[in-house]
Amino acid sequence: MLEIDAKGAYYRDLNRQVREAVARGEKEIRLKNVNGQYYIGDGLRGASVITIEGVPGNDLAAFMDGPTLRVKGNAQDNIANTMNSGKVIIEGNAGDVLGYGMRGGKLHIRGSVGYRVGIHMKGMKKQAPTIIVGGCAGDFFGEYMAGGVLILLGLDDRDGAPLVGDYLGTGMHGGVIYVRGEVDKDICGAEVGVMDPDDEDRKVLMESLTEYCKDFGLELEEVMKKGFKKLVPVSSRPYGNLYAY
Amino acid sequence: MFKSLAPPEYLATIDREKCIRCKRCIHNCGWGVYSWGGDRIQINTSKCVKCLRCYHYCPEEAIEIQDNPTRFKQNAYWGFHQIRNIKRQAETGGIPLTGMGSDLPYTILFDNLLIDACQVTNPSIDPLREPMELRTYLGKKPSSVAVEKDKSGRLRLKGKMPPQIKLEAPIIFSPMSFGSISLNAQKVLAIAARECGIVMNTGEGGLHEDLYPYKDNIIVQVASGRFGVNPDYLNAGVAVEIKIGQGAKPGIGGHLPGEKIPLEVARARMIPVGTDALSPAPQHDIYSIEDLRQLIYAIKEATDYKPVSVKIAAVHNVAAIASGIVRAGADIVYLDGFRGGTGAAPSIIRDHLGIPIEYAIAAVDDRLRQEGIRNEASIIAAGGIRSSADAAKAIALGADSVAIGTAALITMGCTTCGKCYTGNCSWGITTQRPELTVRLDPEVYAERLINLIHAWVHELKEILGALGINAVESLRGNRERLRGVGLDTQTLDILGVKPAGR
Repeated sequence: MLEIDAKGAYYRDLNRQVREAVARGEKEIRLKNVNGQYYIGDGLRGASVITIEGVPGNDLAAFMDGPTLRVKGNAQDNIANTMNSGKVIIEGNAGDVLGYGMRGGKLHIRGSVGYRVGIHMKGMKKQAPTIIVGGCAGDFFGEYMAGGVLILLGLDDRDGAPLVGDYLGTGMHGGVIYVRGEVDKDICGAEVGVMDPDDEDRKVLMESLTEYCKDFGLELEEVMKKGFKKLVPVSSRPYGNLYAY
Repeated sequence: MFKSLAPPEYLATIDREKCIRCKRCIHNCGWGVYSWGGDRIQINTSKCVKCLRCYHYCPEEAIEIQDNPTRFKQNAYWGFHQIRNIKRQAETGGIPLTGMGSDLPYTILFDNLLIDACQVTNPSIDPLREPMELRTYLGKKPSSVAVEKDKSGRLRLKGKMPPQIKLEAPIIFSPMSFGSISLNAQKVLAIAARECGIVMNTGEGGLHEDLYPYKDNIIVQVASGRFGVNPDYLNAGVAVEIKIGQGAKPGIGGHLPGEKIPLEVARARMIPVGTDALSPAPQHDIYSIEDLRQLIYAIKEATDYKPVSVKIAAVHNVAAIASGIVRAGADIVYLDGFRGGTGAAPSIIRDHLGIPIEYAIAAVDDRLRQEGIRNEASIIAAGGIRSSADAAKAIALGADSVAIGTAALITMGCTTCGKCYTGNCSWGITTQRPELTVRLDPEVYAERLINLIHAWVHELKEILGALGINAVESLRGNRERLRGVGLDTQTLDILGVKPAGR
């Protein structure tokens, strides 16, 4: 276990230390006193486990390919931007535009997230990303979605706030979104169909949520008690009729 | 079915006397114009796009393609295509698509600029017998240079030089993705780029494994769809380009039509087969210059600080935007002008948004100089570079290098028919249909593209020689060596060019 004190560190120096440690074969790294440093885990490869104490800055795990990051608190915007593989666990809330163009790996958030989460996630056969949000989400959740799995749980008491914002899955042309609870068709993009999950879906949910619950010490049974809705694109070519040839 | 009231654009005819019924036209046409009628070739002329593939492969020269002589009544205001588009829209409710750059008769500034030459008072140079330097380095240049002696007493540069892309000529290939063009077309670009010591650009469609051997001559692109972007990809080329906009379709995203998404393209982009590949209009992680800076440095962190280029469409406020891009940390600003090409764009956007590249180069070069940051980034100018003369004029206006797309495709057989969005290109360029792409032999066509670059290099050297300068460096931003013909005072002022005669 390597400990790096990030107090007052410039992001470039901090990330260089992390990269060098990973290159040396360091399996476990703990970053202490992180306070807004950008790009932690950016483009990082290998199988290291990095624990982050404090609030990491934007673009956490951007382009990341393999490692596991656990944030012991809240995190900011652009997490898992175009991430390829690996895992990011956020114990608190996170900001906007998470998992943009994500291509693989997992992003587990215990709390709530902001706007435009999971934009243009993509997948091809087994290479597919998963984002699971424990709380609620803002507008444009799963916009342009082309592949992968997005799960929204709404576990916490929201004090009347909506589970998810407007334009849910707008422009969706691949992948699947699962929402724990009811989904009002009026908030969805025109390209989305809302249906009940089948056995295959329940298998995906069980598998994904077993791991999620383990990450945060939650009861799987408790999470699965409430019903889910499944959102899929009604057409793989939502804009096929937009043009005159 | 209701017959379309939009008349065919072209009329394909076969001279029946000459036709030997060899059926080569049927085989070669990707559009389905020709079919076998039992004893003769049948023609469905409404499908013809005048790409001339059949004409070239007819052994008897029996085929003639002309603009459809049966047109609407001639009208100086209501043009053929305006009426035709309305009829098509009335029938489909759709947005007419188009390919390549705008062909509308807006003023072409390049054709109103002339280059100086030496006479008597300063000698011209003969490039065939004297050294002539076209080598160009793209990237951030230090604001001052200092030298120091190393241990052995030899002079060396003090401090670290920012990373540079070395080009043997100030001409590169513009971004064209696997998807918009075929893999064979990309291979032509890659082979030619390596042979000529220049670079090609992947566009937004990932980097096919067959192209990895050419990595020293490739710029990889990151755009709003993030197709094909992973750490291997980012580190594969000599630089990474963030695409914000494209001259042919400023401010809008891309819809690579489902017709051009077979399995291999789908796999490269990680999207379902046959779907439209959607590139969102903005990159949703970039809503400001500060956000752009964030992505630039996210890429630099992931690539151990490779040069980053930012490509934008030339729009009204291009100078201020370019200044922001440079201040955000870009090493290269890629300006794509109004005439820039595309694989698919709504024609209403292509023909009516943006500004021509000539204005943009001058405005951006001026602004960066005024702000004292011109050295912080190189400028690539693109969008309708048709000849080495256009290239020389662009460089004299302030560009470091030009990028060519359409000109490169023309060497592969393109006849600028502008139907790239259909995926039926009979020349095997803008299609993914295997029976068509196989026609484009990369080695054979690369030879033609290499010839073009070599020819332009010779021409550029002749132009420099006539100007009495022996390095392209001395032409860069040297607007004193340009004169305007028939341009108004304000245009001349914007271009920073004197009128001919002054």
